[in-house]
Amino acid sequence: MSDRHTVRVTVNGEPRVAETEARTLLSDFLRHDLGLTGTHVGCEHGVCGACTILFDGEPVRSCLLLAVQAEGRTIETVEGLAPDGRDHLHPLQEAFRETHGLQCGFCTPGFLMTLVPFLEENPDPTEHEIRMALSGNLCRCTGYQHIVDAVQLAAKKKTDEGGA
Amino acid sequence: MRLVGRRVRRNEDPRLLTGRALFVDDVQRPGMLHVAFLRSPFAHARINEVDVSMAREFPGVHAVYTAADLGDYWRPGPLLVPPPPVEGSVFHERTQVPLAKDKIRHLGEPVAMIVADSRALAEDASDRIFLDCEPLDAVVDLERALEPGAPLVHDDLDSNIAALVPQRKGDYASARERADVVIRRRLVYDRGASAAIENRGVVAEWDRLTERLMIWDTTQAPIPIRNGLASMLGLSESQVRVVAPFVGGGFGPKIMMFYPEEVLVPWAAIRLDRPLKWIEDRSENFVATTQERGQIHDAEIALTRDGRILGVKDSFLHDTGAYDPYGLTVPLNSQCTLLGPYDVPAYESEFRAVFTTKTIVTPYRGAGRQHGVFVIERLLDAASRELGIDRIEIRRRNFIGPDDFPYANEVIYQDAAPLVYDSGNYEPLLDKAKEMIGWEKFVAEKQPRLRAEGRHVGIGIVAYVEGTGIGPYEGARVQVEPTGRVSVVTGVGTQGQGHYTVLAQIAAEQLGVGVSDVAVVTGDTDQFHWGSGTFASRGAVVAGNAVHAAAKEVRHRMLELAAKHLDAPVEELEVADGGVRLIADPERHIDRGQLASLANPLRGAVEPGTEPGLEATQYFGPYRGATASGVHAAIVEVDPETMLVEVLDYVVVHDCGKVLNPLLVDGQVHGGVAQGLGNAFYEELVYDDEGQLLNASFMDFLLPTSLDVPRVKVGHLETPSPLNELGSKGAGEAGAIPTAALFVQALEDALAIPGFEIREIPLHPSRLWELVRAAKGAEEAE
Repeated sequence: MSDRHTVRVTVNGEPRVAETEARTLLSDFLRHDLGLTGTHVGCEHGVCGACTILFDGEPVRSCLLLAVQAEGRTIETVEGLAPDGRDHLHPLQEAFRETHGLQCGFCTPGFLMTLVPFLEENPDPTEHEIRMALSGNLCRCTGYQHIVDAVQLAAKKKTDEGGA
Repeated sequence: MRLVGRRVRRNEDPRLLTGRALFVDDVQRPGMLHVAFLRSPFAHARINEVDVSMAREFPGVHAVYTAADLGDYWRPGPLLVPPPPVEGSVFHERTQVPLAKDKIRHLGEPVAMIVADSRALAEDASDRIFLDCEPLDAVVDLERALEPGAPLVHDDLDSNIAALVPQRKGDYASARERADVVIRRRLVYDRGASAAIENRGVVAEWDRLTERLMIWDTTQAPIPIRNGLASMLGLSESQVRVVAPFVGGGFGPKIMMFYPEEVLVPWAAIRLDRPLKWIEDRSENFVATTQERGQIHDAEIALTRDGRILGVKDSFLHDTGAYDPYGLTVPLNSQCTLLGPYDVPAYESEFRAVFTTKTIVTPYRGAGRQHGVFVIERLLDAASRELGIDRIEIRRRNFIGPDDFPYANEVIYQDAAPLVYDSGNYEPLLDKAKEMIGWEKFVAEKQPRLRAEGRHVGIGIVAYVEGTGIGPYEGARVQVEPTGRVSVVTGVGTQGQGHYTVLAQIAAEQLGVGVSDVAVVTGDTDQFHWGSGTFASRGAVVAGNAVHAAAKEVRHRMLELAAKHLDAPVEELEVADGGVRLIADPERHIDRGQLASLANPLRGAVEPGTEPGLEATQYFGPYRGATASGVHAAIVEVDPETMLVEVLDYVVVHDCGKVLNPLLVDGQVHGGVAQGLGNAFYEELVYDDEGQLLNASFMDFLLPTSLDVPRVKVGHLETPSPLNELGSKGAGEAGAIPTAALFVQALEDALAIPGFEIREIPLHPSRLWELVRAAKGAEEAE
């Protein structure tokens, strides 16, 4: 059964190497081979979005890729959003905290990784645009309302700063 | 400074937001092996043979167990909640088994357990198990399950009846005789799944040098899990530590004790002397994690001409699935909550719980309450039409008055105590909801205008009560440490409710510290080992009041100690500024850290009759639950071609007594509404006649997305509970309970088809289309 491959990736700016089976999902590789357990797994069939990461800058579901497909690629996970620890949150993380945009927090990393590039591309989104952007991520606790509020707050803070 | 009642942001968020919070699947132990289960592909079958010999030889496999390998450890699980003390009731206890032995009773029931170097290898090996079965007819439909000659789920019983509970209040027969009108309806509420985004999981590790068993479990009730496992495994309770770390959504099904995996993984970890991990995957979750909802009600309501309820009679079937380890909590909630906020003088209700060859039913957010609300609200809607009394008016006329509390309903509730509402004030909820949704203007102006434009827009309003905060008890230990940090430790587990914050607020208020100065520990049996768990919207009420009591005692000790140190009587002192000071001379002050050190001296003696440390443990055990209440209103639009429904406006006016943190209560309400909406419109577990689940994936079992859930406006009214010092009531389930009843009412209003009534849940566009087509056909035929 030995079908092992060496996978080299850049994760959150650091080069990482690990050996893994050909059938290992990228989500499991990140979580169990690299110890980056902030990326969560909810359905493993690409619907819930909890495992969303940035893959060469694009949000993708890490459960729909094999680890070997990530060879040579650049990955960002939730751990990379606040590299200096929990006292230095990313503005979007701050906004989630301010608006109570998370409850159990299990789906949250996937939401963050979906929304960070969204806000970069759409600095001043409408509520409908936000809801469209979120619609591929499932949350069972919040009813999404406070998540929408978080995105609006983060966008507003960024706009205010930009205008100042 | 008042901290309780403020919109405080959460202490736990930074860990969760940065991916640094521990969930069960994040646990990694050296030498850890992985577990997979072979689950039954049949709903109902007799097992001839389970041949695991090939699987045992598969490379990377360490062990394969079947029921035969468990020896004396194989036994049915405990009964979690005993049946209620109701005369004339019947209850057949048939609890789940760790691995199916002779017979399979539901799809996904575990048959064999495989332990291997990796999960993938364990699953590979499970394909090498030869399961020789003789399939039996499935028991899927509730009514057919009770027909003579129906296949039996449990062969030793005469029928598939699991329980029968008759309850009554007053004299319904005479109420019916006196009635001007009697309305009878058959109402159906089908199954759904809670679908927490985190699936279940268990990690177990036996340390043979300290002879201790460590378990990480996605449970809502770590203490009962510890106690039960210690007993099953022949260990002392102090040898077992169960940690429920961060749990990714509970909603009820994570408190089913015991799931087979919870029984087997620790047992095998000891036997193999290796740490073991089992993590449920989504397809397992659809068959192995408990579900809820299937009920069929035949209900009638007797009223006077002016809309006063004289009595209600209900007879219903409740699908309990293949086993009934959770007792009758769900159908009892339905039976009791049907009475709602209304003064119902006579009530005659009887339910039969029915065994089916489907996944076990246990509480899922609302826990049967929504069925009761659905029934009474549907009956009132029908009565409103029949009697020509406005929907709001007929509810108003029947509300229990504000001076009628405590109000005795004379039936037994899920906590085995008589159902007595502690407090409430329902009419202001109705008025506020009506105002917030803009009822008058909508009905008088907007709706006629939109209808003239050809749009199908409707409005609805429903009321409900929620029995919350039941016993038996919870406890908490509060300590001021020499660093000045405050720790609060309690036994309840947390699944996102915000316990790390709300319990901190309660302690901080008493101790004069900031909320972020308080570190809360929940769900670790080594830190606190008395308690029952997080269920029935009870965490903030029961654990909250225990924290409150313990913090008050610590405050008292701080004052007494400071009195000695500052040489002043307690009455002249106040807790402020992070310590204690003289009211008249704030400069004379001692900080709490110093007090903590004084309370734990390194030399000298602690006085007899006192305890070291600035610490106190207290328990809170309410003798009955606190009844929360609310009114929901909504405006919906339906496309008559596609039957797609859009929620244009949604209002919740909620009374959970004293609100501890409005931000968190809003979150609970929003999430509840989203689940209620899913329950009403999207989520249906579709079983075929053979008991196969046809939509066991998120591709086919649809959860509401951000495009489906509306913005919810929340109004809070506060009628404090007299049963606890904080005055609080639970809020966890309120959002989900009346949602289905509300939607069907608003949909009927939107469709405006004469005589059209919706009598079932869940709906989805195609089902709604069928119902409308049938109604229109009937109309044309007339």
